[in-house]
Amino acid sequence: MSESLVSPPRSAFDQDWRKVVRFGLILAAALLFVSLTDMPDKLDRKIVIEQYLSMGYLVLLWLPLALGGLVTREVVLEGMASHAKGAREVVAGAAVGLIGGLGLSGLIWLLDTRDLSDPLVNWNDDLLEILTFGQSVGTGALYWVLISVSLGAMGGLAQVVPAAVRRSVMASIVAVILVAALEAALDDISEGFRLEWLFDLMFAKRGGLTVAGVVIVIVVAVGYSLIGRIKTAEVKERYDALKGAERQKANTGLLLLTAAAVVILPMFLGKLTNELLANVGLFLLLALGLNIVVGLAGILDLGYVAFFAVGGYTTAILTSPSSPAFSPELPWIVAVIIVVFMACIAGLFIGAPVIRMRGDYLAIVTLGFGEIIRLTVRSDWASGLTGGAQGITSIPGAQIFGLTEVRGINPQAVFYLVAFFCAIAIYMSWRLERSRLGRAWMAVREDESVAEAMGVNTVNVKLMAFVVGAILAAFSGAIFAAKVGSVFETSFKVLVSIVILVVVIVGGMGRIAGVIAGAVVLIGVLGGPNQPGLLAEFSEFKLLIYGALLVWMMLKRPEGLVPNARRSRELHQDEFLQDAWLKGEIDDDDGSTVEGEVAPA
Amino acid sequence: MTTTLRSRAASKTGVDWFLTFLRVALSTLVIVGLAAFIGQQIDPDNFFARTVNEDATRLSWEALKDLVISGLSQGSMYGLIALGYSMVYGVLGFINFAHGEVFMVGAMTGMITSTKLAEGGLWESNFILAILIAVVVSVLCSTATAVIMERIAYRPLRGAPRLIPLITSIGVSFFIQNTSAVLLGPGAKNYPRLPDWLRDDVPVLGIEGKKVVVLVVAAISMGALWYLVERTKTGKAMRAVAEDKEIASLMGIDVDRTIVTTFAVGGAMAGVAGILWGILFGSVTEFTGFLPGIKAFSAAVVGGIGNLGGAMAGGLTLGSSESLAPQLVLEPLGVTGHTQLKDAVAFLVLIFVLLVKPTGLFGERLSSEDRA
Amino acid sequence: MSGERLLTITDLSVSFGGLDALSHLDFHVDEGEIVSVIGPNGAGKTTFFNMISGMVTPSSGDILFKGESLLGLDPNQVTARGIARTFQNVRLFANMTILENVMVAQHCRTKQGIFGSLFNTRAFRDEEREIQEHGEKVLGFFGTRLTGYRLHQTASVLSYANRRRLEIARAMATKPQLLLLDEPVAGMNPVESVELTKLIGQLRSEWGFTIVMIEHDMGVVRDVSDRVVVLDHGETIAQGSFEDVSTDPNVVEAYLGRPVEEKS
Repeated sequence: MSESLVSPPRSAFDQDWRKVVRFGLILAAALLFVSLTDMPDKLDRKIVIEQYLSMGYLVLLWLPLALGGLVTREVVLEGMASHAKGAREVVAGAAVGLIGGLGLSGLIWLLDTRDLSDPLVNWNDDLLEILTFGQSVGTGALYWVLISVSLGAMGGLAQVVPAAVRRSVMASIVAVILVAALEAALDDISEGFRLEWLFDLMFAKRGGLTVAGVVIVIVVAVGYSLIGRIKTAEVKERYDALKGAERQKANTGLLLLTAAAVVILPMFLGKLTNELLANVGLFLLLALGLNIVVGLAGILDLGYVAFFAVGGYTTAILTSPSSPAFSPELPWIVAVIIVVFMACIAGLFIGAPVIRMRGDYLAIVTLGFGEIIRLTVRSDWASGLTGGAQGITSIPGAQIFGLTEVRGINPQAVFYLVAFFCAIAIYMSWRLERSRLGRAWMAVREDESVAEAMGVNTVNVKLMAFVVGAILAAFSGAIFAAKVGSVFETSFKVLVSIVILVVVIVGGMGRIAGVIAGAVVLIGVLGGPNQPGLLAEFSEFKLLIYGALLVWMMLKRPEGLVPNARRSRELHQDEFLQDAWLKGEIDDDDGSTVEGEVAPA
Repeated sequence: MTTTLRSRAASKTGVDWFLTFLRVALSTLVIVGLAAFIGQQIDPDNFFARTVNEDATRLSWEALKDLVISGLSQGSMYGLIALGYSMVYGVLGFINFAHGEVFMVGAMTGMITSTKLAEGGLWESNFILAILIAVVVSVLCSTATAVIMERIAYRPLRGAPRLIPLITSIGVSFFIQNTSAVLLGPGAKNYPRLPDWLRDDVPVLGIEGKKVVVLVVAAISMGALWYLVERTKTGKAMRAVAEDKEIASLMGIDVDRTIVTTFAVGGAMAGVAGILWGILFGSVTEFTGFLPGIKAFSAAVVGGIGNLGGAMAGGLTLGSSESLAPQLVLEPLGVTGHTQLKDAVAFLVLIFVLLVKPTGLFGERLSSEDRA
Repeated sequence: MSGERLLTITDLSVSFGGLDALSHLDFHVDEGEIVSVIGPNGAGKTTFFNMISGMVTPSSGDILFKGESLLGLDPNQVTARGIARTFQNVRLFANMTILENVMVAQHCRTKQGIFGSLFNTRAFRDEEREIQEHGEKVLGFFGTRLTGYRLHQTASVLSYANRRRLEIARAMATKPQLLLLDEPVAGMNPVESVELTKLIGQLRSEWGFTIVMIEHDMGVVRDVSDRVVVLDHGETIAQGSFEDVSTDPNVVEAYLGRPVEEKS
């Protein structure tokens, strides 16, 4: 690592005031916005730390902390000079906090004096109560200004303290929030593993972490960030160094471990958590399919939900006794085989017209196809086959070798079925990435005309992507139909396509691990399009958060949370190239002859 | 993809055969449907109708006229919204998926303003003034939304591959929809009752007053836009930037500001469409912008993307098709519940145009970067 | 070298928006030849390549390769027939690795599909190994620059000259008979140009490719070409050896314009 040039810290008042004011106004706007959505009130029920902190306040408090820290953040490329951090950063953070706090005070005053409940439906006294901490208006406002200033200053302070301290603090905060959020799941798990005593120690009866719980979490978090991190890095290094047969053994071991965890865990989880996991699995399957279409082949298919519908309705028609047109009442497994064929046809049918279109036209047209299918399925005209707006009900569960998957009654079995198909999907993605077809997909994504000039039949290759994506989505639809027991067109709106897209993108386009992470975090915690997640309190707000997340991801890191190394380079080209050049990774290619050796820098 | 221009004369792949089949099938459907319709008009009990569509009745001229006017008035709103899509695509080369939400913001703020004015009494006492105030507020809010959108979400992505701003705009659209649902409450919200002279038919023409208003206002807006783009300096700058951003900036045009102006003008048009929608349908929800937005984009494509006259023409075409096709094509073919498929028709028109004439009815106008 | 006619172009024309990019062009290449195509900017040289590779459709004329017409073929079909090209502004698959770039170029020469990939069949494994070996062989043509640890780095880390080399390697990997090189040494320094000139000769002598090359660097043209064709305004204005062509008054005029008449 090269040493970056460090100049002495600047004076506390040598500020980029315009930036500070800008951030302050953004903070004020954000605080106002969050308040007006009624998140502080609605989320107040969810306790994070018993007696001290609820989720409602948390969504407000993180804002000055974050913005106070970000206002002075500089992106320092290697070889560039940077200033040491000092009082300046703290003051900037505090100033940002001040402006934000004043803004929020303004809102509090307005809430007290005016009535804007038409049109702003959340404009009521409950919100005022929350914002003023139950105190008088003046006191509440004052509190907020002080809190905002301190949090802003702390955010700025985070820049100043040594990296180890910063990491520990961040880890603690994230860990506390995470553990609090996962309370319901941890409750289940602790019961399963007979650790109720630990759970009772860490969590209060009415919800939220106890003080003891917070202490435990912080200790563990700090321990990880100081010691655990290094240990994990060492293990990773040793893993990376393994080659050939050893690597294969390690991989098989990891795989078996994961499989064991997936099989064993649901047995220890309660019904609700299993239901959640099943949901996550269903959407993960969808996301893995879309990942192939969007992430590998670069085709933005906004009508992806149509394939989900094909799977669901085909299963319904073939298995349900109340299917209107004809009801063969086939067993689920047989229906799934037919579903695969139907998905292929659908993939070809939808793919063929759009295959030669520009990427963005393709997105809209596929969206149109998705809607056409949904509208047709809903209409009276097709109701002879699809049940119209009434859908098809009484879909029996899936009979798998004597085990019956029935909705609600046995979410554990649903989870196993879903996990099985997810495993298939993961295997398929993994193998296809490393194949002739996968390379063709990537080439088409990179530069379609050049791919064609290099001999790739782009039409066929893109159609294959559609078909593979369609099959995976249809699998999910088939399981969905059996699980829920009925299909209605309302389950197949554009909303679903967009939420899946958010999962794929936030997780990191093209990278399987990222998609899994995205599905677990988003669908599991916040909830799916029509299903609640672990934090059911967020149901009203989850779509809002997804929209904001998508925009934020595209602006900051278009490659997602767990980035695929390729994409990262594609989209941070300038930064990356400069860094790489300075580090000597890019070759200079001077004077080397055909026979000469070019040594790594 | 636009670099390669290839005729498909010599080699036909499976996909090409399928596409030809689709074109033929769709065209046949339309022609047969129309023929059946004409047959029904002449004799509702003719042979074809008896086999395919038993409840066939003759469509009265009144009803037909109603359909046409509905189609045109809805189409002119699509056209106004389409202008925004077309302009942004012509200048920046991407689809602003959130433009439909700009329209929704216009309709929503119009609703809020007019409700407040109705409470205050101005709506009844001086309707013209009230509606003018509502229009101004609508247009201001939708313009502001468009400008803020550009500044926050799109400007940082200038120069990124085309799909990135599209995905971002999907996020923005989602965000605005749900902001409306959360801040203002979900569900339909109603405009106050319109005065009688708007609800009744206008004498001579026999068309509902509000539809006349829609058509007239749309025409005036289109005219104003034409004037702006063709006759003013700002318009010339917009056309230059749409043609080639780099060269325009070398000619001394402030490209950033012109792009903001483009978004603003498009947003204003959408705002006008929003208040017109409110007048025409009387209610608005957070999803009001979604379908019209996509249909308006389809209209822009049908007319020829980047081509402003084409956008309006495309809007009128799409609106009329959507209104007439269920009754003129689907019903005679025996499709039950044909009105439910109205929205599907709009998408089918888009697909049909893209299959038959991908550059749109009046030809595209793209910037040099996007063309080559 | 059997010297039989590989590529025959007759009366080729195309116009873009009223401008005749190519106008009744005749052209031919025999097997084993290295032909340079030169001409001032805008003469239609890259359009010429685009037509051969199938990216642009001519309005009239014919292109015969090994006796069969290329008209109406998709670019990937043209490549399958045995013609590969490079691009003037290097268009690598920047986010794929160097090895993957030359592996995907073999797409039309291989056939394992989804079945083989998913079930990791013996046929699939064998083909993958062949693809990888051929890829490394092609990369090895340029020495060790693109091999070894470089194989698994993304193409975006390469220096400019190495990118141009990879571009050529990728075209080689498609196992063509005819290579169309579009300004192979553009932007390279003199040392690199000399080296590449030698390599182009080796492409013919060791690998058996027939080469048509667009170039502006007259040193390269002189050192490696069997024959030079000069285009201007979409037409052939001269043909022959480098010496003949470089002194042809029409060619001089095309590049430098007509000398001003002396007023006496």
